[in-house]
Amino acid sequence: MFKPSIHLLNKEIREKNFKNALSLITFFLFLPALGIIFWLFIKGYPALNWNFLTQDPIKGMTAGGIFPTIVGTFWLVIISVIVSCPLGVLAAIYLSEYAKDGFLTRTIRLAILNLAGVPSIVHALFGLGAFVLFMKMGTSILAASFTLAVMNLPVIITSTLESLKAVPQSYREASWNVGASKLQTIRYIVLPNSIPGILTGVVFAVGRSAGETAAILFTGVAFYLPFLPQTVFDQCMALSMHLFTISTQVVGVPEAYPYATALVLILLILSVNSIAVVLRTYFRTKRKW
Amino acid sequence: MRNILFLIFIVMSCSKHENVLIIQNKGSDTLVNLAQAWAEEYKKVHPQVAIAVSGGGSGTGIAALINGTVDIANSSRAMKDEEKAEALKNNGKNVSEFIVGMDALAVFVHPANPLQGLTLEEVACIYGEGGKCTYWSDLRGTVVPGCQGNKIIRVSRQSNSGTYQYFREAILGKKRDLKLGSMDLNGSRESIDLVEKTPCAIGYSGMGYLSKHVKSLCVSKTSDAECIFPNLKTAMDKSYPISRELYMYTSGEPSEEVKTYMNWTQSEEAKKITINSGYVPAPKR
Amino acid sequence: MENKITEVAPLTMEWRHKKSTKPKSERILEFIIKAGGLSCIILIIAILFFILKESAPFLIDRFDFKEFFMSTEWYPASVVKVRYGILALLVGTLLVTFLSMLIAVPLGLACAFYISEFCSPQLREIYKILIEFLAAIPSVVWGFIAIMMINPLIIYSFNVPIGLNILNASVILALMSLPLIVSVGEDALRAVPETYREAAEGMGATKWEVATRVLLPAAKNGLMAAALLGVGRALGETMAVLMATGHSIQIPSSIFEPGRTLTATIAAELGESPKGGEHYQALFAIGLVLFVLSFIVNLTADYLIRGRKK
Repeated sequence: MFKPSIHLLNKEIREKNFKNALSLITFFLFLPALGIIFWLFIKGYPALNWNFLTQDPIKGMTAGGIFPTIVGTFWLVIISVIVSCPLGVLAAIYLSEYAKDGFLTRTIRLAILNLAGVPSIVHALFGLGAFVLFMKMGTSILAASFTLAVMNLPVIITSTLESLKAVPQSYREASWNVGASKLQTIRYIVLPNSIPGILTGVVFAVGRSAGETAAILFTGVAFYLPFLPQTVFDQCMALSMHLFTISTQVVGVPEAYPYATALVLILLILSVNSIAVVLRTYFRTKRKW
Repeated sequence: MRNILFLIFIVMSCSKHENVLIIQNKGSDTLVNLAQAWAEEYKKVHPQVAIAVSGGGSGTGIAALINGTVDIANSSRAMKDEEKAEALKNNGKNVSEFIVGMDALAVFVHPANPLQGLTLEEVACIYGEGGKCTYWSDLRGTVVPGCQGNKIIRVSRQSNSGTYQYFREAILGKKRDLKLGSMDLNGSRESIDLVEKTPCAIGYSGMGYLSKHVKSLCVSKTSDAECIFPNLKTAMDKSYPISRELYMYTSGEPSEEVKTYMNWTQSEEAKKITINSGYVPAPKR
Repeated sequence: MENKITEVAPLTMEWRHKKSTKPKSERILEFIIKAGGLSCIILIIAILFFILKESAPFLIDRFDFKEFFMSTEWYPASVVKVRYGILALLVGTLLVTFLSMLIAVPLGLACAFYISEFCSPQLREIYKILIEFLAAIPSVVWGFIAIMMINPLIIYSFNVPIGLNILNASVILALMSLPLIVSVGEDALRAVPETYREAAEGMGATKWEVATRVLLPAAKNGLMAAALLGVGRALGETMAVLMATGHSIQIPSSIFEPGRTLTATIAAELGESPKGGEHYQALFAIGLVLFVLSFIVNLTADYLIRGRKK
């Protein structure tokens, strides 16, 4: 029988230690993720009930519920997606189907990267300068949604691009060979095959914009509104902003309220993201190639 | 897909409501809670009028009034002359000023702090630029239990808030700045929460925001003057040194609806709300 | 590609003829697609343009390079003399970013190593979902956590008077940028061809040796890009640092002192500064500084990623 030498044994022990250390680090890094939601749940649970979700805030926001903020968040998110989705998909189609490798394409890629990396407060400044003041939208849902749309554009472009690229080249060639034009190929072959991927990106973008605060701070969110927004030119309240206000500005809010608001916000985003994860998994198993 | 659209449609249509007149009311963060409480109550009395309240600070409200985008601007400081002139230039109308209430800025510390009161001079020594009070021991040899290093942690507000500017004027006059390096928090709640948890800290806020977890100090004008606690009475007769008027401004003579609202804010009903929100009703005008 | 086919097979052209009776609408559509493609460039230029436009009067009339970058006196509402020195804010931003990366980069890369090299596939899926979960927590919630959870924790464990300080913000930023660092780092490691690992293991290298002597050099650029993207994230974060740093204008003398960042200053003060005023323009000038900083960081990260692909 072979016996491992001391040297090899040491090596093995070191290897094991290395692996264990890494797994411990990883485990402890992700502990906070679970810890946070658990803690929010414990603290916020007492305030969380149906009335909290469906009533207006009353008594100077120290009682009642958070209904208008949820409605406001819905408005912002939906309109921003309506704006950014077509634009993002168009840009991705251009990059994947039309663009040739060259200076222009490289510049576009750099622009996307930078757009994704611009701090959210700079997006807010842009939104204020361009939409609120220059285009005279005023502080409104429209201006805030446009700002969010600009922020989300890179997310949507990147994920759409990925799913467009995943459609095998042979599909396109087959389509061209039966006489379809490039546009027809995109419309009937490429897009239908990448819809789930695009949807995943859009849903992730929805989750991201639901939690954004800095970008909407100066562009369309009000501290308190006694009515729900009627048109896109109204202001609205938003869940993320509401959490900021009640945890820093309003005195006399019951202790559980900010926790419950944070919990609702996280759960909303998580459920949206789970839809994206499910879509992605479904997309992978259904893939024809 | 269709289901999702349907859901969206439902959510959107939830938010439809009958046509009401909207009064835009914007400005001071000090006044915003009161304005909001009023708006809430006014909705019950006059359901056909909705008052949209947003904060952002006195400067924002006044700027919006100058630009003509709000009906009422809330302010915790009086409008400056050049601002009034600008409003006249932009809108062709003089602004109308309403004093809607009074507020006292309370100076408060952690309950463990043995201090009972401060003179204005001492507050200036703590907060003012060039002030030498960096340790609690600089104030009559105070030792704060539980405070590491006995260093004063100054809690203040962001430098363009009305509260900050009034506080500066009240304790330092018009020719001196507050010292840098204070924690400039975003709201009264944050200030109070922080002082409540920090034995070393001192802070200030509208007296309406005070909680029982912080200790409010009495303030005297000079070292031999009477030390006065902020409350309803002392704020109203202005014997408390750091008390101020709260204003609402409209562009020109207010419209009928706005006027009704402004009058309502001085009704007994509204005054009750004022007191409940921790402010002081305006003296009769 | 398409051109080639039509050239080689003229027959297909005839078949297509019937369907392409409306070339004009197709041309319009293709134009729209191209315009969509250019939208990102237009937007990034527009961002720069509008920030410049709003800050222009300040930059032209009032801007003093020495005061702006070298003075710690940020006195936008002074009654004595208005001063706009962003040094303390700049130091705050850089300090918080640096410290958070000191925490997040080694941990994040260790994590990336584990997930890409040692993990079982099932565990990897679980971790990936957790990463996405961590990435989805909005910054305002992180700020809330900073005030409510990290603040007392710091006071308790270090016995310091105040828990809203540079350390608090760094911890929060580290937690926020971890998901990005882990996922980009993992991508970089998985992009190293399997043959490298096989060759090394075939020569008797242990996993530790493979990791340090083969993977690390091979994925070096990608890992650096991961770290840089983390830097970009930390640099631009607003709400969380606004709530966590203590928001105090000073150059902190220790990590337990409060400080203030560029982003938080804009968020806290823009709302109350009248539009078109000097203070308002100065805040846009800070925005310009942030834009340039993030631009540099992102370009470097992109350059490193490209280097890897070549």
